[in-house]
Amino acid sequence: MFKFSDRVSSTFLTSLMYLMVLIFIFPIVWLLLSSFKPGSELFTYPLKFLPENPTLDNYEYAWTTMNFVRYFINTTIVTVVTTILTILASASCGFALAKYKYKWLSVFFVCILATTMLPTEVIMGPTFTIIQSLGLYDSLTGLIIPSISTATGIFMFRQFFITVPDDLIESARIDGASEGKIFFRLMLPISKPIIVTLAIFSFQWRWNDYIWPLIVISSPEQYTLQIALRNIIAANSINWPLLLSASVISILPMVVLFFIFQKYIMDSQATSGLKS
Amino acid sequence: MVKDKNKIWALTFVITNIILFLIFFMSPALIGIYYSLTDYSGISANFIGLENYIELFQDSSFYGALFRTLVYAGIGVPFTYCVSLAVSLLLTSNQTKGKSFAKIAFFFPWLISPIVAGVIWRWMFGESFGLVNYVIQNLGFEPIPWSSSGVTAFIVLFFATVWIGTAFNMLLFISALVNIPKTFYDAARIDGANSVQKFWHITLPALRPTSFMVILLSVFNLMKELPLIQALTDGGPGSDTTMLVQYIYETGFNKLDIGYASAASMVLFVLLMTFALIQLRYEKRWRV
Repeated sequence: MFKFSDRVSSTFLTSLMYLMVLIFIFPIVWLLLSSFKPGSELFTYPLKFLPENPTLDNYEYAWTTMNFVRYFINTTIVTVVTTILTILASASCGFALAKYKYKWLSVFFVCILATTMLPTEVIMGPTFTIIQSLGLYDSLTGLIIPSISTATGIFMFRQFFITVPDDLIESARIDGASEGKIFFRLMLPISKPIIVTLAIFSFQWRWNDYIWPLIVISSPEQYTLQIALRNIIAANSINWPLLLSASVISILPMVVLFFIFQKYIMDSQATSGLKS
Repeated sequence: MVKDKNKIWALTFVITNIILFLIFFMSPALIGIYYSLTDYSGISANFIGLENYIELFQDSSFYGALFRTLVYAGIGVPFTYCVSLAVSLLLTSNQTKGKSFAKIAFFFPWLISPIVAGVIWRWMFGESFGLVNYVIQNLGFEPIPWSSSGVTAFIVLFFATVWIGTAFNMLLFISALVNIPKTFYDAARIDGANSVQKFWHITLPALRPTSFMVILLSVFNLMKELPLIQALTDGGPGSDTTMLVQYIYETGFNKLDIGYASAASMVLFVLLMTFALIQLRYEKRWRV
């Protein structure tokens, strides 16, 4: 009797879970299938689930009519460069916050936490003034520099370095290693799991970022993918065949990256120290 | 002597972040306060005291945006919280099968940008071409005006918000759920507790710190959401889904009424801070 009810609830919960999986996955499947339908098929009733005449025309169209290669390169440059700089800046800052005891460092840590309370979205106007007066307006550099600093990254590294025993650093000091050498040769290598986790997060933040390109970029040569997509949507009548295929293309790099680094993201321990 | 040397090293390690903090956080914040007291429109700024704030509190379009932002967060956050928790419970239950695939499926929307998420849901809920209305019509009902009525536009927005927000909360919940000691549940079972009782008296209290975090992060994310709404409804129909951030953006960048927009920014900032401080009072673990 007990066994039976166990099996019933197991079947029920598993079905419930997969019903939710279906709801979560379906919108993406529908986007993907639609992107292979020729323009005429997209709007003809009755709608078919699978494309009747699957075609790559929409993709070719997106790749050739829009300056897609350009947007792709721009987004890649910004994402890769920012991610590398973010890791270096966050790791060194997190290390200092964890291992040196100065009052001004604690004050600065509180300042870093405070930044999460005033997101850029809230102060777009003044941020624009700063960008302009620094001569960063309408340049990829203007996208990279402000995004280097992230409270989440600093916090992740600080939490990690707190768990590293002080003896390890002390004995390196006794061996005559400088603080810089200790950081680069000893601390950075042992923080590899945090580096990978932050790299994935940073990649996703920058690849999908909208608010900074919106403030900083104006000319089409500097567009990132998100801004280019937004421009298709903002048109008077949306070019859906173009928008659907362009959207799929913009997702692809993230999907590839996800499947390579899946275990780092899904490993629950890596995110357990994540707070902001 | 050694101590001083270390001080220089410590400064070297944090200098990048200090400079970035001063330039891209401190300065905009101070400039924002200053702008909010002026009639700055991109050319010259005259000091006008609290006039912007007084005008703001008589401006019905500002009130509208403020009200919609609160409704959006007020409904969207509990909704996201419940779905994230339900998904995480299913993914950590020992009665469900095929969890690794399901976990990837629930996590997938995290990879997708808010702009593309907006596109995806807009495509599904297109009024005259969308799949959802097609199915509704085939079932013999009237098609629903997803994008020409404010209420239904809000409903689609909630779907999209939950869809994209679940993944990250799920990671936080799962890492907390697997850390609840099994012995708690064993003891409860011996005492004859059923699943509902175990959930109320063990799981939920153990998740308290995580719940606070998920709610805090979700409130912030929803209150500052812009790309998802821009791609999905563009604040429409009319201004029925225009939130504060979009209102600030349009006032500041399209109408170039930067002083006025900055005053609205300060109101949003005070809202966010009030909420964060209320949460901090209740959540000691945040203090580090």
